[in-house]
Amino acid sequence: MYQTKDILLSPDQHQDGYTVINIGPQHPSTHGVLNLVVTLDGEIIKDVQPNLGFIHRSIEKMSESLSYRQFIYVTSRMDYLSSHINNHACCLCVEQGLEIEIPKRGQYIRMIMDELTRVSSHLLWWGAQSMDLGAFTPYFYAFRERDMITDIFEKNCGARLTMNYMVPGGVMWDVQSDFMDDIKKFIKQYQSRVHEYHDLVTYNFIFQKRMQHIGIISKEDAISFGCSGPVARGSNFRCDIRKSYPYELYSSLDFNESLETSGDCFSRYLVRIKEIDESIKIIEALMADFPEGDFQAKTKAVLKLPKGEFYQKVETARGEFGVYIVSDGGATPYRIKYRSPGLSNLSILNKISQGAKIGDLIAILGTLDLVIPDIDR
Amino acid sequence: MTILKFILIPIIIIALFSIIGMFLVYMERKVCAFMQIRIGPNRVGKFGMLQTVADTLKLVLKENFSPKYIDKFLYNLAPLLAIIIPFVLTIPIAYSKSWQIWDINIGVLFITAFSSLSVISILIAGWASNNKYSMIGALRSGAQIISYELSGGLAILTIVMFSQSLKISEIIASQANGWWIIKGHIPVIVSFCIYMITITAECNRAPFDLTEAESELTAGFHTEYSGMKFALFFLAEYLNIFILSALGVILYLGGWQPFHLPNLLEFNNIMDFIPAPIWFFFKVFLIIFIIMWFRWTFPRLRIDQLLKLEWHFLLPLSLLNLIFGFILIMLNFIVK
Repeated sequence: MYQTKDILLSPDQHQDGYTVINIGPQHPSTHGVLNLVVTLDGEIIKDVQPNLGFIHRSIEKMSESLSYRQFIYVTSRMDYLSSHINNHACCLCVEQGLEIEIPKRGQYIRMIMDELTRVSSHLLWWGAQSMDLGAFTPYFYAFRERDMITDIFEKNCGARLTMNYMVPGGVMWDVQSDFMDDIKKFIKQYQSRVHEYHDLVTYNFIFQKRMQHIGIISKEDAISFGCSGPVARGSNFRCDIRKSYPYELYSSLDFNESLETSGDCFSRYLVRIKEIDESIKIIEALMADFPEGDFQAKTKAVLKLPKGEFYQKVETARGEFGVYIVSDGGATPYRIKYRSPGLSNLSILNKISQGAKIGDLIAILGTLDLVIPDIDR
Repeated sequence: MTILKFILIPIIIIALFSIIGMFLVYMERKVCAFMQIRIGPNRVGKFGMLQTVADTLKLVLKENFSPKYIDKFLYNLAPLLAIIIPFVLTIPIAYSKSWQIWDINIGVLFITAFSSLSVISILIAGWASNNKYSMIGALRSGAQIISYELSGGLAILTIVMFSQSLKISEIIASQANGWWIIKGHIPVIVSFCIYMITITAECNRAPFDLTEAESELTAGFHTEYSGMKFALFFLAEYLNIFILSALGVILYLGGWQPFHLPNLLEFNNIMDFIPAPIWFFFKVFLIIFIIMWFRWTFPRLRIDQLLKLEWHFLLPLSLLNLIFGFILIMLNFIVK
């Protein structure tokens, strides 16, 4: 891990004559307040040490003093690009303790919202990745489509980023009457424009050359560093929680786990692009038999989990997100631990970026798809 | 009379170039907005025309800040040097038959020689800023500009060989019966493509903007510059684009000459009716538009890919192209 004396060394004082530069905490491509202490030999990277904690808000400690209904809302502020899925994991964990049966309609709404979140998160990543590589235009293309999803969220949940829509027992309120039409409109527009994405970025020669054979993660490394989500699936590691440990109704759905074999930046890119299509397939399947009925189960006013330990993991847009609750039978959790995908994915950065160039580091950092509040919590 | 010239010509150049610089910034923002499904500047003045004026005023009024541990002399010299070079380069450019400051007999050589000086200002800026990001950016630009000058020079040499002159007016005169891009067959088309790539690289424009790669080096060589000093770098970039595009027009697109089609007298007469400077600026802005198009479409190259493209691909290609053109001339295949 990084130590203060490392950055105090000037280049000529450094033992090997390498240059030490700080990338971040205020740098355009760290996408937040991440500080990377990078040791350079000319353009070539010798060592990358992430320096974390700039946006640490002690969310885990905070959750201990909040009730089982309240603590869900702080998790929206962790991985703000998949706040629906974070909330979902917390709800599932609480429901596991309370042994509540969730109505079918509630489950369907939750899953549709999850998949929409995944699409919107990947779209934003797609734009940001192109921007990291120096192409600005795709960012605006991505936001054009993402805005439609955010509008759907705003209409149904009342917020565009930190949704706080899921509550223990279902969702907070029923969806609007034109929910289906909005989603259909979005899917139609996305599918009619996706070829622009591929023309502009995926099939772009420069883009491919920048992404291929860069930051290769082997399957063994992906497992031993605890990578998850598209980062691990780019290395042909089956780790989709929706497939291997299904929650809600994912076991009854027919969808493919997106996998790529080469483990470089481009395969991680392809995994995410494929996942958007898979998510849209899931949404279409769910919309086809969208049930009527209750959207929320009846719960008590004050929730009290029985004494014990509860763990629930879900698949967010970035990977495996886990919630671990230790309860002593009271109205607030005794201890909460979040397993965030970003931190584990970041841990492999030093290994895969050694020997690459500065430009590659930015590409690798982009494909890890880090959300810094998720790492620091 | 001579003294009057000495006073008037610099004033005209500075006025013209300020307008061109501001217009190009406006054009860049509008073209970029058009490609990114946005509207672009539309608040200050009609269609946001005065946006760049407002921006420039803001930059002039900004505090002239400079960091603590810098080489003061070189730090202040670099933006001046950057802006002087395009002004010098304008000397042999012919805007119309009679609108040319000095028809020097080695005009093309003059431009290639002076345009390579722009790398010095970037190197000075990177060195004097005492910043590691600036230094990396400056070193990158050194490698980049010097490499791309080679194939750029060879591309220009193709036209010099065809028109058998280094003098701007004679190069334009040699295209009276057809622009080189039309009558020059394959060698000229290849050299035009190489020329377009090299001027994009020499102006540090995306996809070759490694010196100021925003997502990698924050702002590259001008990280530590702000206010008017930064604006001078910014203006110099746009003026360099203008000058090199103007040279491209002179070499390949007939300079200020109107577009003519053979055996269509009426059409040619109408074309002749449009004044020469309008033709010239129209063609220059067409080339600039293509360069802007590049910037808002392509991702940035990596430094090793950039150098590989030059040394492994463009340089051998332009050498072969030169030989091919030479053979065509020897076989009397090219119409003079």
